[in-house]
Amino acid sequence: MMSFIIKNLPILIVITPLMFSLIVAVLNNNRLAWALSTFATFLTMIFTILLCFEVSYKSNISYYLGNWPPPLGIEYVIDTISIIPIMIVSVIGLIATLFAHNFFTLEIDEKLVSKTYSLWLLTIAGLIGLITTADAFNLFVFLEISSLSAVALVALGSKVDRKALVAGYNYLILGAVGATFYVIGVGLLYGVTGTLNMGDLAQKIPALGLNKSVIVAFAFMMLGIMVKAAVFPLHIWLPNAYAYAPSPVSVLLAATATKVSIYILVRISYTIFGSSYEIYSFESLRYILLYLAILAMFAGTIMAIFEKDVKKLLAHSSIAQIGYIILGISLATSSGIASSFIHLINHALIKAGLFMSVVAMGYYTLKRIDVNTIAGIGRRLPITFFAFVICALSLAGLPLTVGFISKLYLIKAAYMSEGIWLPFLILVSSALSLIYIWKLIEGLWYNQKNSKPEKIKELPEIYIPLLFITFLNIYFGIDAGLIIDNSFIASDALISGIK
Amino acid sequence: MANEFYIYLSILTPLIAFFITPLLSSSPNLRDSLGPIGGIVTFYSSLNIASLYLDGEMLNFTFFQINETLSISFKITGLGVIFGLVASGLWILASIYTIGYMRGNKEKNQTRFFTFYSIAIFAAICIAYSGNLLTLFIFYEVLTFSTYPLVAHKQNDEAKKAGRLYMGILVGTSIVFLLPAIIIVWVLTGSLDFSPNGVLKGNISNEYVPFLLALFAFGIGKAALMPFHRWLPVAMVAPTPVSALLHAVAVVKAGVFSMLVVITHVFGIDFLTETNGAVWLIWVSSITLLLSSCIAITKDDLKARLAYSTISQLSYIVLGGAIATNIAVQGASLHIVMHAVGKITLFFAAGSIYVATHLSKISDLNGIGKSMPLTFIAFFIGSLSIIGVPPMGGSWSKFYLMLGSVEKEYLVVISILCISTLLNVYYLLEIPAKAFFQPQKTNTQVTKHPLIVYPTLFAAMLTIVLFIYIEPLKNITNLLFGNQ
Repeated sequence: MMSFIIKNLPILIVITPLMFSLIVAVLNNNRLAWALSTFATFLTMIFTILLCFEVSYKSNISYYLGNWPPPLGIEYVIDTISIIPIMIVSVIGLIATLFAHNFFTLEIDEKLVSKTYSLWLLTIAGLIGLITTADAFNLFVFLEISSLSAVALVALGSKVDRKALVAGYNYLILGAVGATFYVIGVGLLYGVTGTLNMGDLAQKIPALGLNKSVIVAFAFMMLGIMVKAAVFPLHIWLPNAYAYAPSPVSVLLAATATKVSIYILVRISYTIFGSSYEIYSFESLRYILLYLAILAMFAGTIMAIFEKDVKKLLAHSSIAQIGYIILGISLATSSGIASSFIHLINHALIKAGLFMSVVAMGYYTLKRIDVNTIAGIGRRLPITFFAFVICALSLAGLPLTVGFISKLYLIKAAYMSEGIWLPFLILVSSALSLIYIWKLIEGLWYNQKNSKPEKIKELPEIYIPLLFITFLNIYFGIDAGLIIDNSFIASDALISGIK
Repeated sequence: MANEFYIYLSILTPLIAFFITPLLSSSPNLRDSLGPIGGIVTFYSSLNIASLYLDGEMLNFTFFQINETLSISFKITGLGVIFGLVASGLWILASIYTIGYMRGNKEKNQTRFFTFYSIAIFAAICIAYSGNLLTLFIFYEVLTFSTYPLVAHKQNDEAKKAGRLYMGILVGTSIVFLLPAIIIVWVLTGSLDFSPNGVLKGNISNEYVPFLLALFAFGIGKAALMPFHRWLPVAMVAPTPVSALLHAVAVVKAGVFSMLVVITHVFGIDFLTETNGAVWLIWVSSITLLLSSCIAITKDDLKARLAYSTISQLSYIVLGGAIATNIAVQGASLHIVMHAVGKITLFFAAGSIYVATHLSKISDLNGIGKSMPLTFIAFFIGSLSIIGVPPMGGSWSKFYLMLGSVEKEYLVVISILCISTLLNVYYLLEIPAKAFFQPQKTNTQVTKHPLIVYPTLFAAMLTIVLFIYIEPLKNITNLLFGNQ
């Protein structure tokens, strides 16, 4: 039994949430649906942990779906690189599911709750599938699974605010554009190489030399995924989608969805086209990404400073943070990519914690969580407020939190490859981010003069996920060796794949 | 191994006080006694550390190894010993004083106040004994954040605004300037450790030295070099014990301490002399020194005047570092002690006046000296020490700073020091003079709290004691560079 599980781990982490989503869909009992979803995500996390151990001594697990060998069949690859986003999705998936129950029962029609859990698991399955698959077309399938279910989840926020429907629609259209661009690229590649397997593509592309369809394919694929990853200026779907989605969905999407897309971005540029790195001269693309990242850093931060809606504010800050991650990738050095991976993990922890604490504080107001409507709530919910402050300081990159470790390595990498001007820009934008963080902290703590005495008390049900993620924010800020080392292993593996 | 015990003890004591204080909110007497007890324990262990240091023991331990180059570790340096002694010793006095002030003034949220007070001391002690730049930076930020609730203690609009400026300048400068400076050192040398003769020599080309030093000097906003000095006057909205211990001792001294550590243990004074990398800093600190003295004269608010006087005195210390000779740095490190004791006396006195009469304007103090003579005598003695008149401790440090500038033949610096001393005389002695010799304007009710008066007098006495018993401190400063 055990050896069977070990052998089939790469597919189990995808199939578990997928199967449970079918079961959950037909249930009538909301509590049971939640329990089963929690169980499914828990199981997924166990499988992921087992997979971690496997990867740690095999370093590269290749799995043939249905025992069909690669060029024809679909291959799943788990290596030191892909294990990082898998870990993010499964851990955040479990935490967000634990967190979700109170909010789904409050924010969604009772009849729809079990369906919501079904979509929820489907999103998680899609995201994990995206990471594991080594087949370019299969990747498109998972891209559609995860984004369509995510769109439906966003639109479910319409009970609280009907704008969720528009937000979901925008997300749908732009997501579809991104996916279509991607699949056009895949089609072109298939036309010239006759294969869909990523490893196979990587081997065949260099032989084609400076082929125009390959260049066009590369452009289409990158652009498509950049929409999905909300790289500035292709980010416009993101703020509204995060802001109007039901609270737990904001948590899940903010912490995982864009991270997975960024991972795919790295995979496309390094694994598929990496072997022809010289020919396609990543050098010029690299600068495009670098400047977009700098723009994202400032644009996201400045939009966040002027934003009043708290969830939207956090979404804008996500755009800036994605900028940091893209910046690391665009440096195209081992330490640059490692710093991106570090921030990929750390930002997932930070944003999950922030969204969780913010929506928990907005639980009683049920309306849009505005800077004014939550004034003084921090005093009445000291524990949630404490979690919020820790995560917010982590976002600002203060020492003893994970955000600091990210910043330390990102700046070091930037300084080593570009000189002093780039770290300076990064730091100015991160100092600016203090403005909106401080606005939130002050707003939550100081009482508004005309605040009416509402019935507000802590939600003990969410303590476990919330405090756990806050703890992780501090723990990995001190004992950061695990994250740093694995990120460097992953980036070295990527870079060595080029040569 | 047993020797490291004292480092643990001095670091953990304020941390334990931080965790216990909120639990004791229902019994104020027990809660408030934690401060003096913690202070005594910390001071005792700091004394032991100092004597071990004088015996030539090398104390260091690593709290946490993040990876090969990054660690949170502690190490005893001469400067650290001095700063540790100052912070913990004055904590005893200040904590007694604080009890009197908070109760005499009937402040709200006392438990929160004492909680953050202890964590700020914890951060200061950690800065004193930090063994590398990363540890220094971490606790530098902890200190900023832990003092925010103290600055904004009154929670009105003024406090909120002041807190915003305080955080904005201190965190902003540390992120934008200090952090890249640290990372540049890390990239250049491959490590962040302190070494008694500096680590940069041979790793950086000479023309970049002034720029890197500038990143450090302006990044350490707590040293209040102009133009990043505004946070200190606005922080005076905090209750006076905060201004006394934190904004005359712990926070600002953490700033100048970091400056001196960077100058001696990262750059190395020989390297700075060789490259002339610190010459610009002499001018910037001299200008700060003069300008802030001039601004101090114009201030009628007692605490604001003391704040500007603090800015000016901090520049003496930075100046000593920038002159970068053995004697000047010794003078600077002695000035950490002397100014701390002198200024805490002045702030204690200012707080006593406020609690007793609720007056904060200097122009209202006419003739009040007769009803509270002890406080004003203490204020007078403290002022003399700041000015640098023997037999007060402050004369030693000024003497050494002068010696240092003579040695390097910076004649302009000597004249600036003299002018500034004259300005000090004017703006500090005006206050007791008015209190004693001017006729009283209004009849003000005077209420005294014994816990306030005695720490003030004691601190004043300490300035005289430090003049006579300078020997042990001098021994420590002699060991700063490990060659004598």
